[in-house]
Amino acid sequence: MAVGKEIRVKIKSVQNTQKITRAMEMVAASKMRKAQERMAASRPYAQKMRNVIGHLANAHPEYKHPYLVERPVKRVGYIIISSDRGLCGGLNSNLFRRLVAEMRQNRNDGIQISLCTIGNKAAGFFARMGGEVLGQAHHLGDAPKLEDLIGVVKVMLDAYDEGKIDRLYLVYNEFVNTMTQKPTIQQMLPIQASDDQQLKHHWDYLYEPEAKDVMTALLTRFIESQVYQGVVENAACEQAARMVAMKAASDNAGNLIGDLKLMYNKARQAAITQEIAEIVGGASAL
Amino acid sequence: MAITVHVDIVSAREAVFSGPAEMVIASVVLGEIGILPRHTPLLTQLRPGEVRVKLAEGQEESFYVSGGILEVQPHVVTVLADTAMRARDLDEAKALAAKGRAEQMLRDKISALEYAQAVAELAEAVAQLQTINKLRQKSGVR
Repeated sequence: MAVGKEIRVKIKSVQNTQKITRAMEMVAASKMRKAQERMAASRPYAQKMRNVIGHLANAHPEYKHPYLVERPVKRVGYIIISSDRGLCGGLNSNLFRRLVAEMRQNRNDGIQISLCTIGNKAAGFFARMGGEVLGQAHHLGDAPKLEDLIGVVKVMLDAYDEGKIDRLYLVYNEFVNTMTQKPTIQQMLPIQASDDQQLKHHWDYLYEPEAKDVMTALLTRFIESQVYQGVVENAACEQAARMVAMKAASDNAGNLIGDLKLMYNKARQAAITQEIAEIVGGASAL
Repeated sequence: MAITVHVDIVSAREAVFSGPAEMVIASVVLGEIGILPRHTPLLTQLRPGEVRVKLAEGQEESFYVSGGILEVQPHVVTVLADTAMRARDLDEAKALAAKGRAEQMLRDKISALEYAQAVAELAEAVAQLQTINKLRQKSGVR
């Protein structure tokens, strides 16, 4: 029977799409678990690092490191963390929208902007948007390595050292839970001292070899660890968002298949009814 | 019981060790140092090498670190170990690579290409949707 051939083809194609989205959903779910573990594993380092920086900010060093000193803001830098791949709902676009709003605000205040992108999506978006992109990193994979991030961070730190930027922000998605990812813009430089310490009396570290060298090494690592934490967290967000998006896509495909099947059956029934009517009509004519 | 100091060894990827110790021996930039409880605050860079932790009752644990930072507070010793291989020249090379990628992007005008691709994909999706809608109307479902 030749009824509804197009509809059958359409049903088949939607079914194939549904198979793909369902598979992607399951892959994302398992990847998300791993990404969450990675996120948890790297947390102690960031925590300890923050403690040490907290101590340092409360010490009274003779040498004031530029990373700890506020200066008038003429130009700011952003390190933007995005995913490499799409099909993860509004994850990247929400983040970019938030950032673009803030960038517009800055431009209105006469503040210039430099960018550094991590991930393909940010690179593509800001190449189109037009902005001064100083550095890029992409294809970090599911298990990002610190080595791959050193380059981008150094580009921005160099710009800060040379006075090309006066503030540095990190832009990433914060993992709240599977359903919620929060676009976050966090200030990294100058480092803001936390004041929840009981180390208020006057003291200072012994530095070996030189205060400047040790502090530079420490603060660089601090920034890197924050960026790394951001990347790991963003990876977990990406998988969670993809899982949710693919679930919605699978459900939609299911609805579509239902509708199409109904349509197909109606067409088939109509054809049968017509045929019977013709036969009956033909018989009574005899 | 002997006086102890709390020791934390962490790397960017995981927490390696946490617990009380009688003494910590590490090789730092200026040489080998041993840290006993109530050491004065100290901040220094680690050299690639061994960090040995003397536990209570004469036991000893040793860890290899490829570099990092050692922070000493009177009651806490923190080792922030590096996971990445690094040196000044190596970092420089990585920075150059990151810059290079940004410039490459500008040169290649990938943006225009990607944009065209996205537009094509969008057009296709819209066409498909329209077809489905037409089919629906024709057969009178909803």
